[in-house]
Amino acid sequence: MISLEAHNLTVAYDKVPVLWDIDFELPTGKIIGIIGPNGSGKTTLLKTIMGLIKPASGYVKVFEQDLDEVRQRVAYVPQRESVDWDFPASVQDVVEMGRYRKNSLFRRLTQTDKEIVANAIEKVKLTAFKDRQISQLSGGQQQRVFIARALAQGADIFFMDEPFVGVDATTETAILDLLTTMRDEGKTVVIVHHDLQTVSGYFDHLVLLNTRVIACGPTAEVLTQENLSNAYGGQLTLLSKIQSIIKEKEFPIREKGFEKR
Amino acid sequence: MLTAVLIGTSCSLLGSFLILRKSVMIGDAISHSVLPGIVLAFIFTEERAALPILIGAAVFGVLTTMFIQFLQRKSNVQEGAAIGISFTFFFALGVIMIALSTGGNVDIDQDCVLFGEIASTYLDKIFVNGYFVGTRSILTIAPVLLIVILFVVFGMKGLRLTSFNEDYAKALGINVNAWNYALLMLVSITAVLSFEAVGAVLVVGFLTIPPASAYLITNNLSKMLWLSVVFTLLSAVGGTLLALTLDVTISGMIVSVAGILFLLTWSGKIIMTKSKKIEKLSEV
Repeated sequence: MISLEAHNLTVAYDKVPVLWDIDFELPTGKIIGIIGPNGSGKTTLLKTIMGLIKPASGYVKVFEQDLDEVRQRVAYVPQRESVDWDFPASVQDVVEMGRYRKNSLFRRLTQTDKEIVANAIEKVKLTAFKDRQISQLSGGQQQRVFIARALAQGADIFFMDEPFVGVDATTETAILDLLTTMRDEGKTVVIVHHDLQTVSGYFDHLVLLNTRVIACGPTAEVLTQENLSNAYGGQLTLLSKIQSIIKEKEFPIREKGFEKR
Repeated sequence: MLTAVLIGTSCSLLGSFLILRKSVMIGDAISHSVLPGIVLAFIFTEERAALPILIGAAVFGVLTTMFIQFLQRKSNVQEGAAIGISFTFFFALGVIMIALSTGGNVDIDQDCVLFGEIASTYLDKIFVNGYFVGTRSILTIAPVLLIVILFVVFGMKGLRLTSFNEDYAKALGINVNAWNYALLMLVSITAVLSFEAVGAVLVVGFLTIPPASAYLITNNLSKMLWLSVVFTLLSAVGGTLLALTLDVTISGMIVSVAGILFLLTWSGKIIMTKSKKIEKLSEV
């Protein structure tokens, strides 16, 4: 079954395309990485999937339906830096937001909600910190709070924006363990990630992105030097030789004139 | 004094969320740009009826916010500039409208709009069957305060979520704009009411200072709301009494007291954190 598909998706800021003709389909029950160099549109892609940015053309479907029909099954973990951690709230408060629903915003949380919240906090090993104010947490702990909030939603597919940035080793292992458990339960996890070195260890499936989709498929198939060179261009010194060979063969790395704009 | 307490409470509850959304200056903008709304309502109804004025103000409050967002998105000016353009423009429109429509002999005058005169509000008394039920301003403010309190109590989850993490709220399918506009409409309405009492300039003091003081000393949203109300009470009561003793402007005194309370809280906090550090050091 297809968990997420994007077709003919183009997104532009001020007429400059950030994503161009994105087309892919992703499997269910896998840990999927969206990778690519800085400015390749990874976060934009995630935001477009979540309906936060309107595409210029194309569409996205989750579980073969429009996002609005499956919102309950979709959890979003924004970048940690995207919020103000000085906000007066405790770990508990933030994770409870995972139980907020469009239609029950004016109701109090039920006992079941509270249990789910406690369970989610337990899963990210923050129970001891649950009453702590969120500004008094380390970066890694803050990231785990965000993940707990997504867990509390009880979703089937998770979209995470750079969850491994600025976290300590403990958190990294904790998150990875958690992701594996989630996958084994049949959940799909889509992660925006920029660190190439860890890619093969983390993900089952990859989308290699640089404004266009360079490659999409199982990690081993995508992670070829040719693909990487296409995505990262001159940014990878190791691959500069290959790049020059490709240039000689006039393999189109990007559309002509792309960089001049 | 009761007027000040009621207005201040509304302001500080709403202001708390403005602070948390880092959009205090939007409150400032709104407090000024509701003026054309008031004047229009006044021209059409030819009286100082509360309801049309409130509606006019709410409409202009929302218009201002939309205008600010529109400027930011379409013309690439930064937020501060967009706010500056919109509210001075709307306020100026309002001032001109006052001058044009009335030829100067009206109830609304420019001094009152800017600085307010809380001391005179008690002159405007309302009697039902010969019994004194309250002043006009108190009777208008009380229901608004009630609405604000209900909004904050029942909308707590929505306000908390949209203030903390707007993108996440959107991802949950929540109508973030509706929440924003609801909050800003209440800010506009409260701002209009505060016009008479403290004027356009000092509303911002009410909106900002008590919540900011509360924000300094607590890490809990509900406590922050409570504390900001406490700070408001202290400044309203203290300010009025002081002003009467010293025979100076009441609204000015209230905001000054609020400011002094803020400085006291701040220095108190600094001293507290320092002594805690020293304790920790001596333990080691």
